[in-house]
Amino acid sequence: MKSKLISGPHVAATRRVDQIMRQVIVALLPATAFGLLLFGWPALYLLTITIVSSMLFEAFCLKLKGVAAAPYLRDGSAILTGLLVAMSLPPWAPWWIGVMGAAIAIILGKQVYGGLGQNLFNPAMLARVALLISFPIEMTTWVNVSPLFTGPGLIESFQLIFSGMETSDAITGATTLGLIKTGFSQNLLLPGVLSDYSGILAFIGWERGSLGETSGLLLLIGGVHLIRQGVIQWHIPVSLLATLLLLSTVFHMIDSTHYMSPWVQLNSGAVLLVAFFIATDYVTSPNTPLGQLVFGSGCGLLIFVIRSWGGYPEGTGFAILLMNAVTPLIDHYIRPRIYGRYRNGKPLDISNP
Amino acid sequence: MYVLSAIIILTALGLLLGFSLGIAAKYLKVESDPLIERIEELMPGSQCGQCGFPGCRPAAEALVSGTAPVTLCPPGGTALVEQLAKLLGIDVDLSNAQDQEAMVARVSEETCTGCTRCFKVCPTDAIVGAPKQIHAVVADACIGCKQCVAVCPTECLQMHPIEVTLRNWRWPKPLAA
Amino acid sequence: MPAFLENPRLRGGIHAEERKHYTSGHAIVRNFPLPKKLYIPVQQHVGKPAEPVVKVGDIVLKGQLLAHSQGAISSPIHAPTSGKIIDVKDFPAPHPSALPVRTVIIESDGKDQWLTTHLPSDPFALDPEEICTRVGEAGVVGLGGAVFPSAVKLNLGRKNQIHTLLINAGECEPYLTCDDRLMQEYAEEIVSGIRLMLNGMQAPKAIIGMEDNKPEAFRAMQAASLPFANISVEQVPTRYPMGWDRQMLRYLTGLEIPADGRATDIGVVVHNVATAHAVYKAICLGQPLISRVVTVSGTAVAKPGNVEVPLGTLMSEVLDYCGLNKARMARLVMGGPMMGDALPHAEVPVVKACNGILALSHEEIEEPQTQACIRCSSCVTACPVGLLPLEMASRIRANQLDAAVDLGLKDCISCGSCSYVCPSNIPLVHYFKFASGELVKRQQAEHKTEQTKRLMQDRNQRMERIRQEAEAEALRAQEARAARAAQQAAAKQQPKEETA
Repeated sequence: MKSKLISGPHVAATRRVDQIMRQVIVALLPATAFGLLLFGWPALYLLTITIVSSMLFEAFCLKLKGVAAAPYLRDGSAILTGLLVAMSLPPWAPWWIGVMGAAIAIILGKQVYGGLGQNLFNPAMLARVALLISFPIEMTTWVNVSPLFTGPGLIESFQLIFSGMETSDAITGATTLGLIKTGFSQNLLLPGVLSDYSGILAFIGWERGSLGETSGLLLLIGGVHLIRQGVIQWHIPVSLLATLLLLSTVFHMIDSTHYMSPWVQLNSGAVLLVAFFIATDYVTSPNTPLGQLVFGSGCGLLIFVIRSWGGYPEGTGFAILLMNAVTPLIDHYIRPRIYGRYRNGKPLDISNP
Repeated sequence: MYVLSAIIILTALGLLLGFSLGIAAKYLKVESDPLIERIEELMPGSQCGQCGFPGCRPAAEALVSGTAPVTLCPPGGTALVEQLAKLLGIDVDLSNAQDQEAMVARVSEETCTGCTRCFKVCPTDAIVGAPKQIHAVVADACIGCKQCVAVCPTECLQMHPIEVTLRNWRWPKPLAA
Repeated sequence: MPAFLENPRLRGGIHAEERKHYTSGHAIVRNFPLPKKLYIPVQQHVGKPAEPVVKVGDIVLKGQLLAHSQGAISSPIHAPTSGKIIDVKDFPAPHPSALPVRTVIIESDGKDQWLTTHLPSDPFALDPEEICTRVGEAGVVGLGGAVFPSAVKLNLGRKNQIHTLLINAGECEPYLTCDDRLMQEYAEEIVSGIRLMLNGMQAPKAIIGMEDNKPEAFRAMQAASLPFANISVEQVPTRYPMGWDRQMLRYLTGLEIPADGRATDIGVVVHNVATAHAVYKAICLGQPLISRVVTVSGTAVAKPGNVEVPLGTLMSEVLDYCGLNKARMARLVMGGPMMGDALPHAEVPVVKACNGILALSHEEIEEPQTQACIRCSSCVTACPVGLLPLEMASRIRANQLDAAVDLGLKDCISCGSCSYVCPSNIPLVHYFKFASGELVKRQQAEHKTEQTKRLMQDRNQRMERIRQEAEAEALRAQEARAARAAQQAAAKQQPKEETA
């Protein structure tokens, strides 16, 4: 029997950190697999490169810190970060984009703050936004859908990823959002700009975009599965999507030529990925249910604002980063009501019946 | 031409704002409370000298003038460090701070000669005893300043950690991950 | 929606594996063999320790007073069996530190002879004050584990004119079934005890609250309380810590006790169901509290069950009686697995607070490595009080105790729900217990500082007085010297004049 002082409780629930990470990765797999199916071998190479780099960078940082790397790598957080970064990159981006994304996410987004649980901003979104601003061309080159066995073969894909790709109009184009933005700048209005837009195909995922932008259906299934498993709570996804839906409905009714319909909003960009997998990141979202509702609504609002009136076609990355910065403030002011006290912390007053 | 006008305007602006700040610092200054007294209130008051200053008041003065760190008082422990930091508005990283184990003096009765040197220097009169009689330390009043240990000629006074009983047993801090 | 978020009837908590089936099926064992030696600590309750009235060599009868209570909040100790006092000394206490406590050691003479007592002819006609006095003299304390002197609570209830007595039969801890079996087997006696308590406090009604995982006990108590319209039995959902009296009270009545107040402030008194049984025994049978039912469980014992054990029995004897497999026992816990204390060894006595002895094997306890906090806020969801355990723990880790108190550290009930759900296995409750101890230490240090200042002032005054006296003495000596010199001078003058 141990002689060191042990405090209760002496039993514990069996959920562990690596189990949670595994569950999230499993929920993301259908959408990832479909994306790989849509975009072929180059996307697979990019995914592999990104995930492997994120693990290497994590090991490197841990070595600098002077701790044993194996337990931390085993908890799956580096793999998950790498996966999320890869899901937000263009599928045929050059290899160095993947490596840089992993570096920014792991080193600047996580380890610099002190490691797991200490970061202020979501690492995947940080990487995506940093890359978007630094390498706008590579980050906005969206390749057409070229399914796995019909597109470039194994060797050719290898060359594509490693020696770059020609950005000819035959194989690349804009995403729905990009199309709308450029259309507006040319004074083309909705719905004409979206003449060959198909809502159903977009929902299933047969459209241009990053791996995480495509299949709304599979992401929705994965996200609902996570909620049912108890890994994430419903507050953030529901408030985010509800706010976005509400605002887009209202504005679409006011002026349908300048504002997308709610269905287009939901299916474009990485809204569903962000709502279920990125905004719900434990470390960077608030602790309390009410705080999470506020956070989610704020994200939804910012996504709508940036998309409608901002300079960039896609607003989710910036919206998440901005709301991450507000999370400590939300946590400071929104706390649960303690038993026996009012919300402001004073004990209940029973002198006045 | 534009460069010159830019330089002139920015310089003028800088001078004007700097001047305004200087006037504000002089005429709109907020008088602070007598900080030294408030700090002295917090100190243990035993004038033991472990901080290196000849008493609690000089230590308080040094704290206010910034020549002493807030961690200067061992008997005050981390509690005192936290309070001083709050009072002086200093950020202090307490994560590795550990409270010094409280010690009390004890007379080893075999070697006490009854010379009375110890109780003359005890700042709280915690030592009882008459000349040529064995002395004893009242543990409750002992503040661990070690002055008696310094003057005892037979080294019969030693510092011992306070005995742990069920009444003063506390949970230790869990080890960090 | 805000109402749903703000004031749920049932907040937080966890659903642990109950493991009550190990012991809930068997009746209470009442023929536990009388131990040869009994070690009875004088402090088995909250408040001042009892003062022994016996000395070594005295012969005592079963139920005789061994130590009387001291002060307003205290409780007496009685002999669990007849025999001889062989020692009154320090003995390891059933505490995680196993530090010593003053203990009366009795060697039993095997006769188990009761002290003769006078029973009241009609216990239910006794005066309220008389009931409270008898309960106090019998050494009855809260048997749910808090061991607060019950007579004090009863008196407080009468003074505050309470309207409801809540009998807490929750027993939400896993493994423990002593209250469950007690209710199934002694339902009528318990109801008598409740009626006596109601009389003692002049209170109109009582509610018995228990978790819905005890259907047989529910039926038994319902049947026993049927004749009495002012005693009702209610069920609450099974969710640890439903036995937290404040949560149960809010669930059953909607009343919420203020954070800085007690239940009596809103007209309620809470007693454990086993305490009610002890009150019945004290008044109707004239028996002081000298034994209690203990749940012995865990997979390291071959015959788990509920045993009625005389107080002062060594835990090792109880465990051996239940077939302990020492090699299999990885941890010995007194109480339940959530809030109970891990004891370093079993050579400590059973006391009034001991409602369970658990011999847990390696499979039942978990000790994986502690990892960093991932801020998943599962602990926030689990906390029944509504605190933020992750924030408090990170402040305490950085030694910022005042910040932790601002977050509500003083409201923590140490139920352990947060530690239970933490995926990183952070010992959250340990942090809070440590911080509470630190706060007490700081308060004591502040008092010491005040005392030091006073002592130093006294000393300075004494030195000042000595100095002044010395000065006055010196002045007087000087004046005396001057006077003498003047006299001498004058004397010298005279003869000169005479001769002149």
